[in-house]
Amino acid sequence: MAMRGRAHKLGHHVDTDVIIPARYLVTTDPAELAKHCFEDLDPTLCTRIAPGDVIVAGENFGQGSSREHAPIAIKGLGVACIVAISFARIFYRNAFNLGLPIVECPEAYEQVRDGHELEVDLESGRVRNLTTGEVYAGRPLPEFMRRLVGAGGIVGYVRATLQGRDVSAKRGG
Amino acid sequence: MSMTLTEKILAAHADTASVRPGDLVDCRVDFAFANDITAPLAIQEFRKMGVERVFDPDRVAFVFDHYVPNKDIASAQQCQITRDFVRAHDLPHFYDIGRSGIAHVLLAEEGFVLPGDVFVGADSHTCNHGALGAFATGVGSSDLAAAMALGRLWLRVPETVRYVFRGRLRPWVTGKDLVLTIIGDIGVDGARYGAMEFAGEALAQLTMDERFSITNMAVEAGAKNGIMEPDDAALEWVRPRARRPYTVYRSDPDARYADVRTYDVGGLEPVVATPFSPGNVLPVREAGQVQVDQCFIGTCTNGRIEDLRMAARVLAGHKVHRHTRLLVIPASPAIYRQALEEGLIQVFMDAGAAVSTSTCGPCIGGHMGVLAQGEVCVSTSSRNFVGRMGHRESRVYLANAGVAAAAAVLGRLAHPDEVAPAPGPA
Repeated sequence: MAMRGRAHKLGHHVDTDVIIPARYLVTTDPAELAKHCFEDLDPTLCTRIAPGDVIVAGENFGQGSSREHAPIAIKGLGVACIVAISFARIFYRNAFNLGLPIVECPEAYEQVRDGHELEVDLESGRVRNLTTGEVYAGRPLPEFMRRLVGAGGIVGYVRATLQGRDVSAKRGG
Repeated sequence: MSMTLTEKILAAHADTASVRPGDLVDCRVDFAFANDITAPLAIQEFRKMGVERVFDPDRVAFVFDHYVPNKDIASAQQCQITRDFVRAHDLPHFYDIGRSGIAHVLLAEEGFVLPGDVFVGADSHTCNHGALGAFATGVGSSDLAAAMALGRLWLRVPETVRYVFRGRLRPWVTGKDLVLTIIGDIGVDGARYGAMEFAGEALAQLTMDERFSITNMAVEAGAKNGIMEPDDAALEWVRPRARRPYTVYRSDPDARYADVRTYDVGGLEPVVATPFSPGNVLPVREAGQVQVDQCFIGTCTNGRIEDLRMAARVLAGHKVHRHTRLLVIPASPAIYRQALEEGLIQVFMDAGAAVSTSTCGPCIGGHMGVLAQGEVCVSTSSRNFVGRMGHRESRVYLANAGVAAAAAVLGRLAHPDEVAPAPGPA
């Protein structure tokens, strides 16, 4: 699965408070949350991000709170994919659960500049820079995450699990 | 095969003899909870999963702590979603205002989390409970919905790093200072995806309240969980509260660690984390002259009785500086009541502090103490990111309760011994 989009470069340790400040966590509506996405990092960033664009960031993207409103807000902006050196663990799970594509690719962070056109292949983790012609080898999607994506995220995964057993029974022990 | 405490708990809950770091395991979940912000999303995803009821009503809780008492119509509407779900499913463990406290503090007090548990919560500070020898981790709302539906959750077994505290703490140095020191050392992603296991004779000297503030902040180093082997003090704390049987696990003597880091704590001073990262840590005496507009003593990190006692020791006989505000928020009704009985609330009010019912409000810049542009707050909370407590140009210094109280009296960042005599040995 490949995605094409224009890059927006952010720094290291982008936290969930700047992705979506807690003062807006009184709704779960993606469009409403998107209006305030990245507001405390750069008040005009959300107006410059167009549907299909790609966020490129450094280490530990999504650190901090477990708020799923963070990937929802980013999805609400129409961001196609996040490419980062690494992701904070709760954000990593949340992104997969919600179907927000993310790729770990340290070299992309080093080389990509704002406005570069990128093509990202989710499964292989390969990032092609269409502006410079460079190709960056990222981390391939782990096998289990591939299955999770294939099942349709956590909702599909749970549905599939439930079909395999009787859920009305209380767990023993 | 020898295993760490974290590995043993995960193996037991995956019904397998042993696990190794990197293994993906499908674990039984002993308990799952969400708060007023994360529950509505979890409920929405739970419904999409096509599940009729939660896996075990006795092992699920909803705790209102973020936007309560409801700050506006939107937060009231949001809480209504959870209230309706609780009624429809007849769920017994629901904590609305009056009975509610900050979830991590309340759920431990109420005996819902026990040694050896796999405990998940839709709140990042769920790692708090590792002080009891549980595997406790924060998850998003969708994962929480999965746990509510299945009573299980997939987890990747983390590598464990062991942090050993040697020596004896000086006066005014707390568990908060130890954990901030580690985060300053390894960075905010220094333990990313990993388990932080805390040990050593200096840990044994700490009260349970101080231990909770250490495991509470494991997530601030990026960790999946923070954990401690339960000692006699921990088990004494657990025994009268436990709602069900539990198992005590200990790391094998030859367990494999990714790293072992030893800290001689005898030389440590009270520290602060300066804006805008919990990893910017330095002794408060080296933080320079910083004027302070607001001080906040509360939260899941440091709103416990020991924190309030320490603050009261500093504040007794003093007044909050005329250009500074002090907020004190006991983390649970039980703590509030105890503080009343011990006369601590009297001390706070005599000093000119505002004392509030339990809420996370100020810590997240949500309500009850939001900062204006350019304001500085010394807070006993766990995060000082840009905009965390209010305006994006406000600034937060993280500290222990003694430092926050001293700053409130002097109107500037200060070591507690500038205001009060040092406490005797614990």
